Amino acid sequence: MFHIYCPYCEELREEEEFHPKGQAHIARPEEPDACSDEEWGDYLFFRDNPRGIHHEMWLHAVGCRKFFNITRNTVSYEILETYRMGEQPTVGAEHLAREEKTASVQAAEGGQQTVGASDAALASVKGAQA
Amino acid sequence: MSQTASQSNRLAQGGQVDRTQTLTFTFNGRSYTGHPGDTLASALLANGVDLVNRSFKYSRPRGIVAAGAEEPNAVVQLGATEATQVPNVRATQQALYDGLVACSTNGWPDAQRDIMRWVGKLGSPFMPPGFYYKTFMAPASMWMTYEKYIRKTAGLGRSPTQPDPDIYDHMHRHCDLLVVGAGPAGLSAALAAARAGARVILADEQETMGGSLLDTRETLDDQPAAQWLKTTLAALAEHDNVTLLPRTTAHGYHDHHFVTLHERRTEHLGDSAPSQDGHRQARSRLHRVRAGQVILATGAHERPLVYANNDVPGNLLAGAVSTYIRRYVVVPGQKLVLSTSNDHAYRAALDWQEAGREVAAIVDARPAPQGDLVTQAKAAGIRVITGSAVIEAKGAQRVSAARVAAIDVDTFTVTGKVETLECDTIASSGGYSPVIHLASHTGARPVWSDDIIGFVPTTVAGVTATGGAHGVYPLGEVLADGVEAGVNAATALGFDATVNDADLPHVEPRHEGPACALFQVPHEKTTLRAPKQFVDLQNDVTAGAIEVATLEGFESIEHVKRYTAMGFGTDQGKLGNINGMAVAARCLGQSIPETGTTVFRPNYTPVTFGAVVGRHCRELFDPERYTPMQAWHVAQGAEFEDVGQWKRPWYYPRKRTDGGIESMAEAVARECRAVREGVGILDASTLGKIDIQGADAREFLGRIYTNKWQKLAPGRVRYGLMCGDDGMVMDDGTTSCLAENHFLMTTTTGNAAPVLEWLELWHQTEWPELEVYFNSVTDHWATMTVTGPEARKLLTDLTDIDLDREAFKFMDWREGHVAGVPARVFRISFTGELAFEINVQAHYAMHVWEALFAHGDKYNLTPYGTETMHVLRAEKGFIIVGQDTDGSVTPEDLGMHWAIGYDKPFPWVGKRALTRSDTRREGRKHLVGLKPKDASVVLEEGAPIVFDPKHAIPMPMAGHVTSSYYSPTLESGFALAVVKGGHQRMGESVYLPMADGRVHEAEIVGTQFVDPKGERQHV
Amino acid sequence: MSNSVHVYDARADHATVTAESPLAYSFQRSGMPAPGEEGRAVVSERAFLGHLILRGGAIVLDEALREVLGIGLPGRPNSLTVDADGQRSVQWLSPDEWLLIVPGDEIFGLETRLRAHLGGSHVAIVDVSAGQTLIELSGEAAHEVLMKSTVYDVDPHAFTVGKGVTTLFAKTNVILRRPDEARWELIVRRSFADYVYRWLLDAGEEYGIGVARESRHEPQ
Repeated sequence: MFHIYCPYCEELREEEEFHPKGQAHIARPEEPDACSDEEWGDYLFFRDNPRGIHHEMWLHAVGCRKFFNITRNTVSYEILETYRMGEQPTVGAEHLAREEKTASVQAAEGGQQTVGASDAALASVKGAQA
Repeated sequence: MSQTASQSNRLAQGGQVDRTQTLTFTFNGRSYTGHPGDTLASALLANGVDLVNRSFKYSRPRGIVAAGAEEPNAVVQLGATEATQVPNVRATQQALYDGLVACSTNGWPDAQRDIMRWVGKLGSPFMPPGFYYKTFMAPASMWMTYEKYIRKTAGLGRSPTQPDPDIYDHMHRHCDLLVVGAGPAGLSAALAAARAGARVILADEQETMGGSLLDTRETLDDQPAAQWLKTTLAALAEHDNVTLLPRTTAHGYHDHHFVTLHERRTEHLGDSAPSQDGHRQARSRLHRVRAGQVILATGAHERPLVYANNDVPGNLLAGAVSTYIRRYVVVPGQKLVLSTSNDHAYRAALDWQEAGREVAAIVDARPAPQGDLVTQAKAAGIRVITGSAVIEAKGAQRVSAARVAAIDVDTFTVTGKVETLECDTIASSGGYSPVIHLASHTGARPVWSDDIIGFVPTTVAGVTATGGAHGVYPLGEVLADGVEAGVNAATALGFDATVNDADLPHVEPRHEGPACALFQVPHEKTTLRAPKQFVDLQNDVTAGAIEVATLEGFESIEHVKRYTAMGFGTDQGKLGNINGMAVAARCLGQSIPETGTTVFRPNYTPVTFGAVVGRHCRELFDPERYTPMQAWHVAQGAEFEDVGQWKRPWYYPRKRTDGGIESMAEAVARECRAVREGVGILDASTLGKIDIQGADAREFLGRIYTNKWQKLAPGRVRYGLMCGDDGMVMDDGTTSCLAENHFLMTTTTGNAAPVLEWLELWHQTEWPELEVYFNSVTDHWATMTVTGPEARKLLTDLTDIDLDREAFKFMDWREGHVAGVPARVFRISFTGELAFEINVQAHYAMHVWEALFAHGDKYNLTPYGTETMHVLRAEKGFIIVGQDTDGSVTPEDLGMHWAIGYDKPFPWVGKRALTRSDTRREGRKHLVGLKPKDASVVLEEGAPIVFDPKHAIPMPMAGHVTSSYYSPTLESGFALAVVKGGHQRMGESVYLPMADGRVHEAEIVGTQFVDPKGERQHV
Repeated sequence: MSNSVHVYDARADHATVTAESPLAYSFQRSGMPAPGEEGRAVVSERAFLGHLILRGGAIVLDEALREVLGIGLPGRPNSLTVDADGQRSVQWLSPDEWLLIVPGDEIFGLETRLRAHLGGSHVAIVDVSAGQTLIELSGEAAHEVLMKSTVYDVDPHAFTVGKGVTTLFAKTNVILRRPDEARWELIVRRSFADYVYRWLLDAGEEYGIGVARESRHEPQ
């Protein structure tokens, strides 16, 4: 049962108030009609399933009804940060590699998932779980 | 059996039972007495009841072994009545109350005369590990038969067959610090953190808080431990930031410091919860705790030694012997032999002797033990045999002797002559295992510590093990460790806390010599030939079975566990796991850390279903949503249908002229005729309603719906179809233009919340630049649909709105009053008849509804339910999303090309997918009508459709029936179905082979069965 | 503005039209047990209040609200502003959403005046008065009844006066708020009101929960 920091309500709330909505940063192609069937199929159906750092979209369904993103370690279930829609994550896969030297960590490939973070940015992670 | 009614094993004084009151209880049909303060186990021992169960697999006689949650044998069925039966209760954890009724869980029909006894005697060669897998797997069809008898003989307890008279509930708790275990470490930690200002919950599974302080020989500040305990509990109770939860087991540790606690509130008071001040109280309560930090002060479980026949009644844990003597003042025998690998267990012999009974010998595996307790024992005149161990117990229903011999722990051999010591009790101690169950629920693997000869939890942020739970055993150190843990936790939480050594009570240090690592005791015979040496008493796993498992090639401890069933079930390996791993390690020639450990799962001890369910049962199982007309529907005798959480009138059965009550078919036929011929009314308040405002509202609608919205004028209504971006239909409904920047969208009843979430998803994540807001107004507006040829006449009497067919056209809406109430009236139709949907504020719904009926009498206004609504809409080919569609159906598949705006400028949601190769391919399933050749047949919904009924099985499926009813208008069955290439197969026959062998034939027709030109709704 | 949005006074004349509150059916069906003598947990419905949802930017709405109602938006998430006589309140629901509760007969006038002040701003105002109701819970055991019902931390030290959240209540959602020391308020959707009522009576039984016809709220 996760304890999730809602970046809009600005406090930790119980998981039961939220709906998970899958991988974050899946942008709809600007010109769908210009997409090949394969490209459109990728957008619709293909998602990453990394062991390690994953950026996920969640909805504070029983609360402010806002969508937001979570950076979560799928091994430890630790939530490393939560951030508002339109913002970018500050924690990426190499954070875990550096912090825990875990050889088997994978990174999600699509979107902005692997964007790195400076130590300063890591230190100011909002909503990091104790 | 040495049963007497006189509590012959009870000492005359001391302990923590109240001798002034006598409680009567029944065990396996016989009556006994005990006292308040007893557990069922201590009372049974006081009465000399040796045999409490038959073992799970071999049906061997078993007695009480432990004094707490780790008890493997004394698992009983509790309950004086059928309704109050509780299975799987540990007698060691069940407080005694007057009138308690219990019986053995295993051992059908009776623990003393067990028909399965032959298995125990003869069964050993026949029941190797994997016995059930190997024996009962073939033929597979027989398993159901085998299982019935295996289950009955194995006896896993039984659930009551009558409704539970008790109530249960949940409580959500939040705290800075949760401390699990109120022994010396937990108490110290809780008090230290509470003093710093933290919100603390202290939970302890026992009847009385105190843990090891309840039976220790040691003093604190030169006072008996009970004194310090009393003072400390009083200090904690004074803090209003502390919640004390006795009789509360932390049974599961979940993500992010979410811990579930099971509080047994009245189980010490009686068979069923007594009422309090005239109010029912919950029998047990599940606390769902979200903690900032957690301290695990769960102590340690003593490990028994594994020797031959170590399961005969009279074999106990050394610490349990001390607990029974010191706390419950029960000496569970006359003559004791203690077999130990450590100093601490010596106290059992000292306690035994001080209780006035005989100690035959202490048998110590170590060649030269030399701690303070050893010295005390020798000084007390107790014979100490060193370098030796009890290698075998003698006796059938009770220990009669101990076979003792010198052993070499390193070479695992018996090195000396065997001496037989007469005794009726053998206490053993192979050291202590920290209780790391909760810590390992977090997923953190425990690590082996040679220092304490046990596994300790690894560190997880926010979780601290303290005291015995991480292998700190001397009392003085435990108290200091607890204070440190409490202070550190409080500091981590941001409180100002410091360790003040002056607060610590003085405990006289005691010298303890090093323990030796002894698990399985060698026997003169090999493990496979020696009498059974039990590792897991509850699951009947022996050292031999583990050896066999390793010989058969099981090397991973996880596989050994599953093959032998070690640590399974409610026991979760509390006594046996470490010994089992040690045996496996020995057989594999490895160290214990190399062998590793299995992890423990929730729940630590069983949790009753009642507590899991709480008050989410019976009429509060799930929300029931009502419309404002619910009272009217109930008064009319409506039958209800569940639509999501809504209760919707399904049909309104009336009295027939012959005095009987209409069947559903009769009621629906009458309701259908009323709408087609006169006027009917439907409570449509459950439809989802979303208010949409903003300058870009129209643009948004155009992007989210498949059809066009640019030109919909205020006062007009349009049907809309919504797809996912995969092009599949996800919802439909009408949307009205209330004003240029203001729309009212309706959704299907079940999709109200998902559609609102869908709109928000697109707005928040893709098009935040659009100026639009969505708000649910589902519950604000009540909706009543007046429909049928007479609808206009009826409504004219009650409204100031001009209902003229030219002034108020089909797909218009108007504002005015109905029955004196401000209303928006929408001229839309889901029946194909003239229809007006009246929306009023829900406060006035009943007023308007009743006014309509008051005036409707002359038109025979007939209420109709969802079943009639379905028939009428299906006759018109109107789809129900989720019934006629299933997430794989496009608008084109439905034949709704007219609702697709391919030339809209924005690439609306779902558009691109409609030109993917899959959505363009031949042979997609299309929605069509089906007309059964036999008009009396109503096809089954879901029935598969084939083109060639003579095709060999398996027949290629061509589709299935989605909606099917009997039409009173057509006087025929009819159906909607999805059929491969159906739009190109009009007039062709399809076949529906049924399970009973009949094959129905039906013709593919259009979806509009009644009024295909749609003239009636325009009248 | 009034042309682009359909502003509609859908409130009927309560003198001539029978209005039923969301709990009317529940009172009839489940009864109204009298509270225990100590009044440890007391439920009452404050029916027919005006409930208005405000959507838009905080700055523009705050300004309009101060002009029209004399109280501003709460400055922080999960908080509540109550006017001087305790009759009007505005609560944060999300970064662009607030709930305004006023006496029922003020609602249309309020919406009209707010819209006049807001002009062509990008806002939405939605009347949801009949779609929800306000249930008041008071008494020393009120927070214990709530602990059985909601995952949110309702310890009176943690859930301070002036706080308000949207959260779970049993298996439904409520808006839960604490306008003053003595009272908790639950704002419940109409169709779920009966479930919440029956849950409250059941969960509060051990505290002798009962129903009062009148609010314990005393206008100052």
